[in-house]
Amino acid sequence: MMGRSSKVIERDEVVVRFSGDSGDGMQLTGTLFSNTSAVFGNDISTFPDYPAEIRAPQGTIGGVSGFQVHFGHSEVFTPGDYADVLVAMNPAALKANAKWVKHGGTIIIDVDAFDAKNLEKAGYKTDDPITEDKLGDYHIIKAPITNLTKESLKDMGLDNKSILRSKNMYALGLVYWLFNRPMEHTTNYIKKKFAKNPLIVEANLKVLREGYNYGVIIQAVTPSYHINPAAIAKGKYRNINGNIATAWGLIAASKKANLELFLGSYPITPATEILQELSLRKDMGVKVFQAEDEIAGICTAIGASFAGDLAVTSTSGPGLALKGEAIGLAVIAELPLVIVNVQRGGPSTGLPTKTEQSDLMQALYGRNGESPCVVMAASSPINCFEYAFYAAKIAVEHMTPVILLTDGFLANGTQTWKIPDLADYPEIKAKRVAPEDEATWMPYQRDPETYVRSWVKVGTPGLMHRIGGLEKDEKTGGVSYDGENHERMVKYREAKIKYIENNIPEQDILGEPESDLLVVGWGGTFGHLFTAVEELSEEGVHVALAHFNYINPLPKNAHAVLKRYKKILVCELNLGQFANYLRMNYPDIQYRQFNKMQGLPFSVVELKEQFKKLLEE
Amino acid sequence: MSEECELKYTDFKSDLSVRWCAGCGDHAILNAVQKAMANLKVEPHNVAVISGIGCSSRFPYYMNTYGFHTIHGRASAVASGVKVANPNLKVWQITGDGDALAIGGNHFIHLIRRNIDINVILFNNQIYGLTKGQYSPTSKRGFISKTSPYGTVEDPFRPGELTLGARGQFFARTIDKEIKLSIEVMEEAARHKGTSIVEVLQNCVIYNDKTHEAITDKKYKADRTIILQHGEKMIFGVDNDKGLVMDGMDIKTVTIGQDGYTLDDILVHDAYTHHGAMHRKLSNMDFPELPVALGVIRSVKDNVYDVSVEQQLVDVQAKTSITTFEEMVNSGDVWEVE
Repeated sequence: MMGRSSKVIERDEVVVRFSGDSGDGMQLTGTLFSNTSAVFGNDISTFPDYPAEIRAPQGTIGGVSGFQVHFGHSEVFTPGDYADVLVAMNPAALKANAKWVKHGGTIIIDVDAFDAKNLEKAGYKTDDPITEDKLGDYHIIKAPITNLTKESLKDMGLDNKSILRSKNMYALGLVYWLFNRPMEHTTNYIKKKFAKNPLIVEANLKVLREGYNYGVIIQAVTPSYHINPAAIAKGKYRNINGNIATAWGLIAASKKANLELFLGSYPITPATEILQELSLRKDMGVKVFQAEDEIAGICTAIGASFAGDLAVTSTSGPGLALKGEAIGLAVIAELPLVIVNVQRGGPSTGLPTKTEQSDLMQALYGRNGESPCVVMAASSPINCFEYAFYAAKIAVEHMTPVILLTDGFLANGTQTWKIPDLADYPEIKAKRVAPEDEATWMPYQRDPETYVRSWVKVGTPGLMHRIGGLEKDEKTGGVSYDGENHERMVKYREAKIKYIENNIPEQDILGEPESDLLVVGWGGTFGHLFTAVEELSEEGVHVALAHFNYINPLPKNAHAVLKRYKKILVCELNLGQFANYLRMNYPDIQYRQFNKMQGLPFSVVELKEQFKKLLEE
Repeated sequence: MSEECELKYTDFKSDLSVRWCAGCGDHAILNAVQKAMANLKVEPHNVAVISGIGCSSRFPYYMNTYGFHTIHGRASAVASGVKVANPNLKVWQITGDGDALAIGGNHFIHLIRRNIDINVILFNNQIYGLTKGQYSPTSKRGFISKTSPYGTVEDPFRPGELTLGARGQFFARTIDKEIKLSIEVMEEAARHKGTSIVEVLQNCVIYNDKTHEAITDKKYKADRTIILQHGEKMIFGVDNDKGLVMDGMDIKTVTIGQDGYTLDDILVHDAYTHHGAMHRKLSNMDFPELPVALGVIRSVKDNVYDVSVEQQLVDVQAKTSITTFEEMVNSGDVWEVE
């Protein structure tokens, strides 16, 4: 790389937001930039923000697709609230995203896209969006990206559409210059991706280089950033999002359990990628059944579980609603089953591409009858791996459906993941019938301590039995309409779930345990809550954080933890479902709430404000 | 599947006492299934019987096999999961006209479309029995029931036509009390690779008694039904003198020796042809215009889903360089921090 004559800003961390029309390739641009930063040695966290429509009307705010990456010299837990650098490929992208840029930040615009027509589509009233949006204090780089891309590729014999498609690489090259990043990773990606089309490879690489060179040309007037690599533990790393991590966690569990993995599922945003990834994994022996609907998705999984597979179904909120009756079947039949629910904004179709935590009550109670099952939640894109693994372990070892809650934010967000060694994960051992017990074995006989029945694979000689959705005799499993037997069975099923509290970790307290204020969260909000608590700690403000991953059952010490604090603030992306759940379980404690339902994660800034306000009260 | 072995039908009887109404057609069907299973020589532990909800769906409890009484309409889906997870099992699905064709219609047609190797026994009594007498999707137009006190204003599904419309490759029909025919048909269904649908005209003695009587009664049966056999002439009647011929696009009944028709004019049944047009005509034949077809109407070899799933795993695994979990997580964009 060439020497620099411009001002270089040293930073510990930086947030970059790429935005453009949903056809502008911003997701790819953002991903390539993130991967490059990760390979360079920064810790990263990313979040895509895209519309539900595949191609909303061009140039409108509804069609803006964004991708934010936060990378730093030390660990980063969120994609960042506000961007240091915004790339806006058209006026709509600027209009939609200007409010997410830090005051005085850098904004790169494709000035060629800022014509009268596009300005109007974006809702600007004047021909000067910078003044109109009060961006005078910002560093605006007006790059003629479209024209320079066209100029660069004019003699290559490409059609106009292909030329315009390359302009995201021009923008990417410019951003690489801004952060002084090597382009080798992106170059290799392009060569591999378009291996069958050398002309496209050549065009993309040319535009990428020229974007970088444009930065060199304007450097005299433009500051650039320098972020040192993070001090990272030795090992192998990759970037991974929550959906892939979930799929891989399930595969890991199937290996540890020595069971075939079966997924019965139906495509639904934002869970589809789990189905896609597992469909790809025939190399791992995964059987995937793309069902005709959500109900068939779970019912095939229940059939596979009866036959002896590690069975999974994946879905999002509306799909979970459709699966409700079948989850009840798995509860009463007492079969292992993992239900992954990638939450999105609801009710009904709601906000399919936006994140929310509003399915908690549905997961806990959305079924007929007394129908307890395990509910747990992952709290970062990378720990989706771990919680998918443990969801499967609990399902198999406790003969129960387990609902694993993730959300759109975790599913699509990426982080740098230290590749785990399977040897560090525990064995998964199903309860089987010992040969010496076969003569006296009965299908619904339970372990006296754990209340777990044995799992007999269909096909096992001598142990034929019938199960079903009717209430069954507590020992033989035969149909029983006896009221007292029913009451005992209801209690057994409840006690079986409750017992699991003995096999999950105790609730820990992060941040500053000695504080008047305990912040309580669960699931996908961890990164923001933790960052807010850490930042306050650096400012000398002490806040404790209890972030829950196990919801039913709750960790054994949950009550004791909550009891220690004067003030408790439950923060969640819904109207207060976890707060109400805690009120029901531990009514002797006062809970305050901080809730948000905008289809977006919390921002660290708003959380810090809340915490400080509450401490001052 | 394990080796064939000598089995008696009692090997398939569970020790639970059967709780269908006295005179219900289900008793005879249970008997026929148990006898067919014994003849098939598949050991009880390799058999899974899956049902949905309805009177017929209590069936698994009476079988000394693996059994799963699931939820309303979903037997096809649960059975699909069982079979795909373990294709070595012999999977039977027990269902009724409400379970399979109303609430479970979607799963039923997709099971057939995929051609998963499952034997479906569809009990058709044209009524909801377990909820005590409401019309079903196979009840005839105008049928009077508790929810159609003035007669239904909708036309029924014809299970054979629906099966063929969903790309079904095996369809057969029998009558509950014709145990010998039922056994034959069920054995053939079980030996067929792919989804086989066996419609059993079943009598609900309480809520829809004698609904099939016009054709199943001993007095009329020979003249009002025809048992189709692959490769055989389509002949029926008490005196075996009636036959089926084509009349333009339609099938019609003729009497051999009358109106110039001879035995040579009578159609020969081809159950194995891919072309579904004739199978559809045959399965739709209804009294009083035509005799109701019994026996195996269609039996065609085609790709079988569960076999293809296994094959694809083998094919991919033969080619891939990724064989372990470790190789998977280390594939693609991975870097090392020293």
